[in-house]
Amino acid sequence: MIIKNAEVVLEDGVKKVDIRIENGRIAEIGRGLGGGDAVDCKGLTVLPGLIDMHVHLREPGFEKKEDILSGSRAAVRGGFTQVCCMPNTKPVTDNKVVVSYIKNRAKEVNLCKVNPVGAITEGQEGNNLAAIGGMKAAGAVAISEDGKSVPSTKIMANAMQYAADFGLRCLCHCEDSSLVDGGVVNEGYYSTLTGLKGSIRAAEDIIIAREICLAESLSLPVHICHVSTYSGVQLIREAKARGVQVTAETCPHYFTLTDEVIASFDTNTKVNPPIREEKDRLAIIEGLKDGTLDCIVTDHAPHHFDDKNVEYALAAFGISGLETSFALSYTQLVRGGALSLPELAAKMSANPARILSLEGGAIAVGQPADLTVVDLNEKWTIDPKDFVSKGKNTPFAGREVYGKVKYTIVDGEVKYQN
Amino acid sequence: MLKHKDVLGLFELDAEEIDEILTVGMSMKKLLRQNIKKLPHLQGKSVTTLFYENSTRTRCSFELAAKYMGAHVVNISASSSSVQKGETLVDTGKTLDAMKNDVIVIRHPMGGAPVLLAKTVKAHVVNAGDGMNEHPSQALLDMLTMRENFGSLEGLTVAIMGDIRHSRVAKSNLFGLRKMGATVRMFAPSTLMPTDIDKMGAVVCRSREEAVEGADVVMGLRIQLERQHAGNFPSLGEYARFYGVNEEIMKYAKPNALVMHPGPVNRGVELTSGLIDGDTSRIEEQVLSGIAVRMAILFLLTKEEI
Repeated sequence: MIIKNAEVVLEDGVKKVDIRIENGRIAEIGRGLGGGDAVDCKGLTVLPGLIDMHVHLREPGFEKKEDILSGSRAAVRGGFTQVCCMPNTKPVTDNKVVVSYIKNRAKEVNLCKVNPVGAITEGQEGNNLAAIGGMKAAGAVAISEDGKSVPSTKIMANAMQYAADFGLRCLCHCEDSSLVDGGVVNEGYYSTLTGLKGSIRAAEDIIIAREICLAESLSLPVHICHVSTYSGVQLIREAKARGVQVTAETCPHYFTLTDEVIASFDTNTKVNPPIREEKDRLAIIEGLKDGTLDCIVTDHAPHHFDDKNVEYALAAFGISGLETSFALSYTQLVRGGALSLPELAAKMSANPARILSLEGGAIAVGQPADLTVVDLNEKWTIDPKDFVSKGKNTPFAGREVYGKVKYTIVDGEVKYQN
Repeated sequence: MLKHKDVLGLFELDAEEIDEILTVGMSMKKLLRQNIKKLPHLQGKSVTTLFYENSTRTRCSFELAAKYMGAHVVNISASSSSVQKGETLVDTGKTLDAMKNDVIVIRHPMGGAPVLLAKTVKAHVVNAGDGMNEHPSQALLDMLTMRENFGSLEGLTVAIMGDIRHSRVAKSNLFGLRKMGATVRMFAPSTLMPTDIDKMGAVVCRSREEAVEGADVVMGLRIQLERQHAGNFPSLGEYARFYGVNEEIMKYAKPNALVMHPGPVNRGVELTSGLIDGDTSRIEEQVLSGIAVRMAILFLLTKEEI
């Protein structure tokens, strides 16, 4: 297959070149390539296949919300060629059996690449370390306590050290649960206005600081999940400046929305950590610009309608994000002037690949032919009814965005076409 | 006529609507004072009180308000555990709607629950207190009591003291009183003061004296023992000593300033017994205002234009 006439985001800039794919890999990049089936991509842009290192596919255990098939369909519809799925399944992904199950099921589904993330402790209970070596051998690419922090600092330190023996990094959800104390939104004007229980920034920042201190003390890498606070961005920036091996991610909702959206009590705005204030939103964009924040992830958290059609305090946390992430990021950050297109591609592909040592993340000869082809000029309106994910829970319904995924190609095969 | 289908909070009602409720409430109160308790306004209508939180006075007050106007009244007390385990609020609402209820009065421990119910049902929804969000009928009865005493709310200074952070009453009073031209001062330990309440128009004070200085009304809010256990202050005794309202503090207020409290009162904590039982106390008066203002709300919501 030859992809012709597109603008291609290469490691050294955007160029109008053709791409020849052979045996699932990129065989040649150049002008005027001939032979083979040509796909005319005039007017379109080719990005390295997008990688989302933080999603929830819900299988096994919560198939009412999502399963590996529907989640993979949503992924390729959103332009993702690889996703990393979090371990808060039922049973918890804390052993090689569940890791293998996910890998096998994803292989049957045969859409995007699915990389399981294992739990840090057995049952995510914070006590015994999970079978980290066994999970790595079965295909886990990282470990995470997902949705909570490991309460014991000592166990967290041990986990970082033990995981490092297997070349795995800890992906840290940062939340001091005693400080959150049942809070469901950001503490501020809008928590007071709505009477919804708020949670202050420090609840997130304290654990970000703890994980940074551990990484620094132990000279080990650590990754901070879904940063939502301006102060968290600053903690990471300062740590990076003094050489701590810390990487970090954020999500489209944190650089697009502010907590004003909770005033309607729309439970689709309920997410953990909570959507915060304008100064946080701006600091997150700044953090993406200066490289403090390495990755954009969705934290794709699909839920059934019933899980959200309840009182705000009772509603499930999370946003279904796979099918809106690229357009929101492109619209907000590239069209908004914060990032160049290659910089956005790095946040959504090369950097996650580098952090998790995944194959892919670049359009270069010899790389797997994982490609995302988009029409950057196409304007469309987000409508959850169009989602192929089972989770229709989005706070972005009705929003106009730019950038539509036209083809998602995984190992040289077109897995999605629009 | 109210512009809304529901009465969910004073944040969304405008001054005109508040004025209308208070005006009708005042007429209702006059009738109640004459011991007239058989009015035709709600004849043939059904009112259900749906309480997910324990309440005696508010539920009774709504029930009597509806019955005095001839409505059929059904009371449902759902235990707070049923919020999580039982039928969902949306399903309960649909059932009550199917039974042709005209008004559902809801109390719920979680903020925004009445908003969800109102979106679900055709019946009019009245918020009888939702979590830390709003308690509009309480604030309206407070305002009615003040208006009756002073003739107008315009230019009044009201000092609210106590657990403001967890108080839906404080917030509804703030929204309502501000719209009617009053000044609202607040004072509480920092642990019991909500974030950014000043941005909603409250004057946040740093001492009892500052809050009460020249005030027309001093309103105490209940301090619950569970707030002490959650580490918000060391003890009720210390609270009373440094934050409570007593006769000495009341000297800073205007002569004959009113003492109010939404009840139930912790005697000797937020207010001294002397103030509670004193001449300027309007705490019992508030109770009658409560029935009157709830009659006004129920009537104005169900009134049909000819």
